[in-house]
Amino acid sequence: MEVIADVISWCLIVPGCFFLVTGALGLLRMPDVYTRMHAASVIDTLGATLLVLGLIVQAGLTLVALKLVFVLALLFFFGPVASHALAQAALHADVKPILAEDRRGRDVDPGPAGSAGSKEEPSS
Amino acid sequence: MRTLVLAIALAAFWLALSGHYTPFLISVGILCVLITVLVAQRMNIVDKEGQPIELFAAAPAYWLWLFIEIAKSAWSVTRVILDPRLPISPTFTKVRASQKTAAGMATYANSITLTPGTITTGVTGDVFEVHALVKGNADDLEAGGMDRRVSQFEGTATAASERKV
Repeated sequence: MEVIADVISWCLIVPGCFFLVTGALGLLRMPDVYTRMHAASVIDTLGATLLVLGLIVQAGLTLVALKLVFVLALLFFFGPVASHALAQAALHADVKPILAEDRRGRDVDPGPAGSAGSKEEPSS
Repeated sequence: MRTLVLAIALAAFWLALSGHYTPFLISVGILCVLITVLVAQRMNIVDKEGQPIELFAAAPAYWLWLFIEIAKSAWSVTRVILDPRLPISPTFTKVRASQKTAAGMATYANSITLTPGTITTGVTGDVFEVHALVKGNADDLEAGGMDRRVSQFEGTATAASERKV
């Protein structure tokens, strides 16, 4: 039983570490602040989730596991808030993003709800 | 009703974090819960927006869907990072949010940000400004798949009760 739990948790922790390292590599490789944030978001979503899930399997059915769930929930609710604040701060400070294409002038017709998805294709 | 849910949630949170069930610690916990609920009520944040209990039932299914989306796009961003040519094409775009409540729109904006490869950088009315790492991510958002999923999540929750326009 112990061995099975160990195997499962390592199967979660090792890929989690892989995504952490990849995210860090992305932080170094990306050219500007906005693209770097994308690399960082790999770390705090998939990387952190896999790591914490692995630790939960290690903890078993205890209060510690519950607290790890709280940590995960905290990351998922505060991560986007922090990212958003950072991006807004960068925009306010006039940090110009390196862009391949700027579609901010795109026409988003103020029609009835759901009209933005007029291409009709359940992407995913 | 919302106050009751808040109090129960806070009490459960206290018990889970404390792990010590002595009379003294439990009574201190009850005191803390009461003070927190009182302050929250005085601040008027125990409302549809701050305590969206309508969304709780539909949340697990949505979170599962969102997590699968996150995993998929995290993998695609990982591939971009590890590609020696670094094939990025940063794109700024605008998308319209079709959600009707503040909680629904916040869910959509945060879901965009949580998904690796896209970040919501600004909100004007019900139009989000989004920065995408590659053009394809911007295309997907403009197609509106996630927007519809969030609206559906919000809709299942608010269909019964009245909808804020």
